[in-house]
Amino acid sequence: MKRFRFNQQEIVFAVFALLFLVFSIFLNGFLTAENMLTLLQNVAVLGILGLAMAIVVIGRGIDISLIAALAVPPGLVLQMVQNGHSLPFSLLIAVLLTIAFGLVNGWLIAYAEVPSLFATLATGLLLAGLGQAALFQLDVVQWSPAMDGFERLGQGTILGIPTSIVMFAIACIVVAFLLRQTRWGAYIYAIGDNPYAARVTGIPSRPIIVLQYVIASLIGCFAGLVMAASVNSMPTRVFNSTLIYDVILVVVLGGIGLSGGRGGVLNVIIGTLLIGTMLNGMTIMDISYAGQNLIKGVVLLLAVITDSFLNPRNEETAQQGDI
Amino acid sequence: MKNPTTAALAALALTTLTAPALAQQGLDEPFQKPFKEALAGKTVAYVPVAMNFDLTEGWYAGLKKELEPYGVKFVIRDANWNTNAGAQAVTSLITEKPAVMVVHNPDVQTYAKLLQRAENEGIYVIQINMGSAYRSSAFVGANWVEIGERQTEGVVKACEGKSNKIAIIQGALSAAASAYTLKGVENVLAKHPEIKVVSSQAADWDAAKAKAITQTVLKQNPDLCGIVGFWDGMDIGTAAAVKEAGLTGKVFLATSGGGERKGACELVKSGAFDLDMSYDVPTQAAQMAGTIKWLLSSGAKPGSVKGSEYTTLVPITKENADSQTACWNLSDLKK
Repeated sequence: MKRFRFNQQEIVFAVFALLFLVFSIFLNGFLTAENMLTLLQNVAVLGILGLAMAIVVIGRGIDISLIAALAVPPGLVLQMVQNGHSLPFSLLIAVLLTIAFGLVNGWLIAYAEVPSLFATLATGLLLAGLGQAALFQLDVVQWSPAMDGFERLGQGTILGIPTSIVMFAIACIVVAFLLRQTRWGAYIYAIGDNPYAARVTGIPSRPIIVLQYVIASLIGCFAGLVMAASVNSMPTRVFNSTLIYDVILVVVLGGIGLSGGRGGVLNVIIGTLLIGTMLNGMTIMDISYAGQNLIKGVVLLLAVITDSFLNPRNEETAQQGDI
Repeated sequence: MKNPTTAALAALALTTLTAPALAQQGLDEPFQKPFKEALAGKTVAYVPVAMNFDLTEGWYAGLKKELEPYGVKFVIRDANWNTNAGAQAVTSLITEKPAVMVVHNPDVQTYAKLLQRAENEGIYVIQINMGSAYRSSAFVGANWVEIGERQTEGVVKACEGKSNKIAIIQGALSAAASAYTLKGVENVLAKHPEIKVVSSQAADWDAAKAKAITQTVLKQNPDLCGIVGFWDGMDIGTAAAVKEAGLTGKVFLATSGGGERKGACELVKSGAFDLDMSYDVPTQAAQMAGTIKWLLSSGAKPGSVKGSEYTTLVPITKENADSQTACWNLSDLKK
């Protein structure tokens, strides 16, 4: 039996390759350079969010509040500029808000030892509520003329490649560098693999956990800015959508085990590609919305089942608040 | 009084004596006092599907502006996109007994029975823009079928002599507004068999999803001649995709919305939308306020009279997007 054991990354890649092949043969207009770019462009924001989630999941946590970090600080930028503040000042305030938000998340999880699922569920609601109650006049914050030029973050092309893909690539490189080349990255893997052993060996595990959530929030905010630039507005109501499940789908599908310590940027890219191919193919085939949800649900279920077969839980890897 | 001069003088004296007295007394208009009494201290409960977006904020501001000076009190129960929370709000309001309930239904069925109960309990129910299966004292709102028809007519006309390929970007499948609009689209398409719908997908009122769908559709059909979108708040994304493909002006984009300046006129002016069917929120608010005044002062038993006020639509195009009256500002309405 051992010979037939693939890891999940390989399985997902095989599924992606198969799907891609089938679509290329049977779907007119799928395999064109332009459609490939569109495919990537449509999932670029999802991919960036996947990177943020990956960092946290590798460190054996989960960040449900990511969509709040995506929606509220970038929404604040648009709202402040609309109210007459300058763009750099608004960006600064938004980044400070994001960092503060990440610190609160990290503190709750690392020092107050609240399980990450519950802590981020609550803080996400808090931030989204704050945005709705105090920061925004309307759910959809419109682009104002003072922000012209900034939309290049999510529109147009750089050397023929749509900008949002370039932004995804940059985020991939930064996160890969962080995880693989820095000591902090190594610590995150160590904590995810076995938090107690990591602490015993002298790794400053609590500050590193805080760092994970701060970085995740910052990446979330970046994804939000790209998204706002791309659609010329910030629909802050996105917080109520099912986007967070898509993000988890990308991470789990890519093969980053929820028990932590495994996977990397490559997994996020593979997961994103698979989702992108599925969505693009289903749109070209004009499949109904309900049908698309059904297919997505089945794929997620298969991925989770495969995950628990290949990365079985035991007393060592199980944790409180695990999902 | 044999002397005519004396008679004339006497008559003059009489008029000078009485005329000022008449002017000082004035005449009481007998109906305004009961009207004022009928409104003062009454409560209007407002249950939108969510606050914080142009439509619901606009209706609320418009109602307050019209009714608060008469001493009408307002309570808001914000369902915040949660149908259950909305149903609970309506249920608890029935026991609180406001004089009037202004209800924005999330779908056709959920509130229907509750609204009937409310009218039986003596509460006037006004439904705004999204009606339920129960017809209450008044429905004020857009005719979604008409919106779909007029948008599609615009697109079909723009497609004349072109590829005749169009795409439809629907809202959320569960929303009746989306389904009704689609019916209107179908009505027109039935008369135009030459039009081919290459894509008809739901984008969930989400601009990012609308953009993703439109991008894919445009790559597959670069000769697309028109798009029927179901809400301007979502179709910002549709327009962004059209713009990125360099097809602004070549693909006719029709959409609909409440006619708020930033969300409608500005975007029509920039060329993002070619046609935005507006249901003019301030007018809807004024009609609702008028209906509330009429109902409260009439003393009619709730549920005994029923009627509809379908909104006269304002098509916003390049021609009128610049005018002061085509659109409205939320900040002005709130003043």
